[in-house]
Amino acid sequence: MSADAGTSTNTGTFTPKPGAAPLGRMIRAQAALETRMLLRNGEQLLLTVVIPTLLLVLFSSVDIVDTGEGKAVDFLAPGILALAVLSTAFTGQAIATGFERRYGVLKRLGASPLPRWGLMTAKTCSVLVTEVLQIALLTVIAFALGWSPHGNPFAVVLLLVLGTAAFSGLGLLMAGTLKAEATLAAANLVFLLLLVGGGVIVSLDKFPAAARSVLDLLPISALSGGLRDVLQHGAGMPWADLGVLAAWAVLGLGAAARFFRWE
Amino acid sequence: MRSVFPGDSPAVPPPPGREPAVEVRGLVKRYGAKTAVDGLDLSVARGSLTAVLGPNGAGKTTTVETCEGYRRPDAGSVRVLGLDPVADAAALRPRIGVMLQSGGVYAGARADEMLRHTASLHAHPLDVGMLIERLGLESCGRTAYRRLSGGQQQRLSLAMAVVGRPELVFLDEPTAGLDPQARHATWDLVRELRQDGVTVVLTTHYMDEAETLADDVAIIDSGKVIAQGSPEELCRGGAENTLRFSGRPALDLASLLKALPADSAAVELTPGTYRVSGKIDPQLLATVTIWCAQHGVMPDRIAVERHTLEDVFLELTGKELRA
Repeated sequence: MSADAGTSTNTGTFTPKPGAAPLGRMIRAQAALETRMLLRNGEQLLLTVVIPTLLLVLFSSVDIVDTGEGKAVDFLAPGILALAVLSTAFTGQAIATGFERRYGVLKRLGASPLPRWGLMTAKTCSVLVTEVLQIALLTVIAFALGWSPHGNPFAVVLLLVLGTAAFSGLGLLMAGTLKAEATLAAANLVFLLLLVGGGVIVSLDKFPAAARSVLDLLPISALSGGLRDVLQHGAGMPWADLGVLAAWAVLGLGAAARFFRWE
Repeated sequence: MRSVFPGDSPAVPPPPGREPAVEVRGLVKRYGAKTAVDGLDLSVARGSLTAVLGPNGAGKTTTVETCEGYRRPDAGSVRVLGLDPVADAAALRPRIGVMLQSGGVYAGARADEMLRHTASLHAHPLDVGMLIERLGLESCGRTAYRRLSGGQQQRLSLAMAVVGRPELVFLDEPTAGLDPQARHATWDLVRELRQDGVTVVLTTHYMDEAETLADDVAIIDSGKVIAQGSPEELCRGGAENTLRFSGRPALDLASLLKALPADSAAVELTPGTYRVSGKIDPQLLATVTIWCAQHGVMPDRIAVERHTLEDVFLELTGKELRA
């Protein structure tokens, strides 16, 4: 590599030597970049870190919402973990991807050596890394608030992974079909609605039976309910909730794969 | 000497490996009822610098984006480095560099960060620091992409197109909106690419850009190539020189033509601006000024000019290039 390209005229600096980097390196680089973009974005941090943390601390220490029998934090922590997954895999990913599409980032990456599936893999890795950071932070805070979780850690991981798949599919479907501004508005609205109506901080027992039978089928209800069954009540595999999440994952990812438009 | 006008390209295919870098035949691309590209033929020789010149909406970007694999042709065929840009995308993409007309970068990314990232997707990238210096991108500092000036965004996009050491780069209006200094920095880099053996296809609606840089110019209008050749070939197609002047509108050009040699022509381009073409020599210049004196016309801004691509374009299409 010539270092004096700026001064000399015929150094062969640009002599073609094309080639793709190894796939693993490309995906790692892409995932690292996407994670940095997310952690640098103030609105995203508000959504993924500040709001879940505030809700957990506030409602665990001040008796505002009815958290049923036992310690408030034992009820709230599983719901807030579900909210963390919702905020990153759905809302955050939908908004970020919507604007990447709008500003031609996806289009430009489409002309790079990174294949599309590699890009989607990198996005998933970035979501998972962010979730690990969120869950670590929220778990530490919950323990500080006196949380005593039960249950099978494997069931918890399975719920979180299937929840991530379900919300990613729905978020990408939204980002790949709506305008960026519409995605921004809709993703925030859905976040708020699911926060209230998805068993995150308000028990679904508070809703009328008719509403409840519908709300129970939402991915957020399955995730928060499943996590609560395991972590608060020490239940075994929450098969029904896992089934609901798997169904949403198949539907969401399938529809996203079918309808996603890159520009 | 190659043919200036399309439609009579050689029928014998070149030997393998020596085929053109880009070969577009009969390309048609429609968006709904609108036909953006309408039977376009374009051939780009390896190692050449080809300018695709035309007004906005002529079909330049659609043509280039079809070559980049973003669009499927509705009819016709496209071969880039001997490959089908859609079917062989995985093989083609590492070998080409793409500069989009706008965007392509994360709003929150810094220039050096995005360039380093693009470099990391390639096996043998250029030295990022060298490229940053060459294109004056140090001035971007730690500023996020969305807060960079239009010119800085353009230069970053150019850097991203070349950092992977491609064989062929597509630059879509690389100097649109650049100040003269940045424009010349871009031109220098583009010239050096060609010198080092990179095939360059650039679109532009600046005729001076095409004239200065290109080995080969394809003039596009309404989705078709209406002329292709070197700037010299294209300009030779018209008069050797032209004489322009301004005066009051609607002068009686018929009486001027009577005074001029038989092979001359005179037109009123826009009200009050005139162009005389033909064999422009000192005698003709004197004839015109004498005629002006006789008619009480002060020939404002009188100038003898070389025939330019702009004139060629105007003659071929009846339109101003930057209209």
